[in-house]
Amino acid sequence: MNQIDARGYSCPEPVLMTKKALKELGKPLTVLVDSETPLQNITRFARNSGHTVASRSLGDEEYEIVIS
Amino acid sequence: MLSGLPRNSDPNLMVGFDSSDDAAVYRISDELAMIQTVDFFPPVVDDPYTFGQIAATNALSDVYAMGGTPKLAMNLLAFPSCLPLDVVGAILEGGASKVTEAGAVIAGGHSIEDQEPKYGLCVTGYAHPKAILTNSGAREGDLLVLTKALGTGILSTAAKAELLTPEEYREMAGLMTTLNRAAAEAVAPVEAHACTDVTGFGLLGHLKEMAEGCGSSLELWARAIPIVPKALELARDGIIPGGAYRNMDFVGDDVQADGAVPQEILDVLYDPQTAGGLVIAVPEARGAELLSRLSDAGVPAAAIGRVGPRGERLLRVKP
Repeated sequence: MNQIDARGYSCPEPVLMTKKALKELGKPLTVLVDSETPLQNITRFARNSGHTVASRSLGDEEYEIVIS
Repeated sequence: MLSGLPRNSDPNLMVGFDSSDDAAVYRISDELAMIQTVDFFPPVVDDPYTFGQIAATNALSDVYAMGGTPKLAMNLLAFPSCLPLDVVGAILEGGASKVTEAGAVIAGGHSIEDQEPKYGLCVTGYAHPKAILTNSGAREGDLLVLTKALGTGILSTAAKAELLTPEEYREMAGLMTTLNRAAAEAVAPVEAHACTDVTGFGLLGHLKEMAEGCGSSLELWARAIPIVPKALELARDGIIPGGAYRNMDFVGDDVQADGAVPQEILDVLYDPQTAGGLVIAVPEARGAELLSRLSDAGVPAAAIGRVGPRGERLLRVKP
């Protein structure tokens, strides 16, 4: 599965990286982020673009978001 | 954060930090109250002159929100030694332009070296003690009026990633560099019950304070709230600053939002604003007069809700 690592980036970078990856790599796409803000932002972006979003905490302020 | 600090009391301190208000107010005499406020922050836009204007507009706003007139300002500046002096000069010039427009004067200030630039001002203003408008005097039945459209936090986040057209950028900068002076002057004659300015806690955060202060619940009409259209589009795209989510954590439990309120509108209601507009609680009978005075003064404004009886939650957002 395609994966991008947006940990260490601050908003709006993770959303922009996700947008670009969806365009270039397609879905399903896994995105790793390291705070609530990109988690929420990527979820909003992906849902509003008609994708399905699932996310889970990897513990310690890390999240995995799967867009399909 | 402030709860552990000693509380010095003084009968002339009309507004202190007990009520989370916009500025401190001290009664000098029966005829005169002094209003004092301070605010500073890192650049919200790249252009140093505009940043200076925004910081000053924001700092001056707290005086207007208390019903006062700014008189005296002092600069607070932090900048890295590598920052060219003309950039520092442009920040200060931007600030001075707004202080002058407010009819106040910059009397000095203080600067320190720091890794990240920061600028703001300490502003002193005057008002008649009876003209002071706190954020806690709203009464049931009052109409809530908002000046300035919301969305500057989202727009500045987008501007950092260069997602705005020049026109959209100008609209954002225009909002953050418009003094609340004309708005405050329109409010003065209508015997408003409460007033606050919308800044870092977002509309809902500041309204929570207003609701807590008066013990009533506030009802908001989502679609009546002025919002920059581009900010709604960006919210749908997930371009929302972390501060908006912190505001949700802080206020969310006090908000009851109707399911029909679109998510992007709710998001913008939590968006932290820089140099935002005023929210005024005005007796319903004077609401139309206030809106017409604001309109005559060229201040965009809208009735966005009303003060209702104390409900289950402090804030209720209806479509």
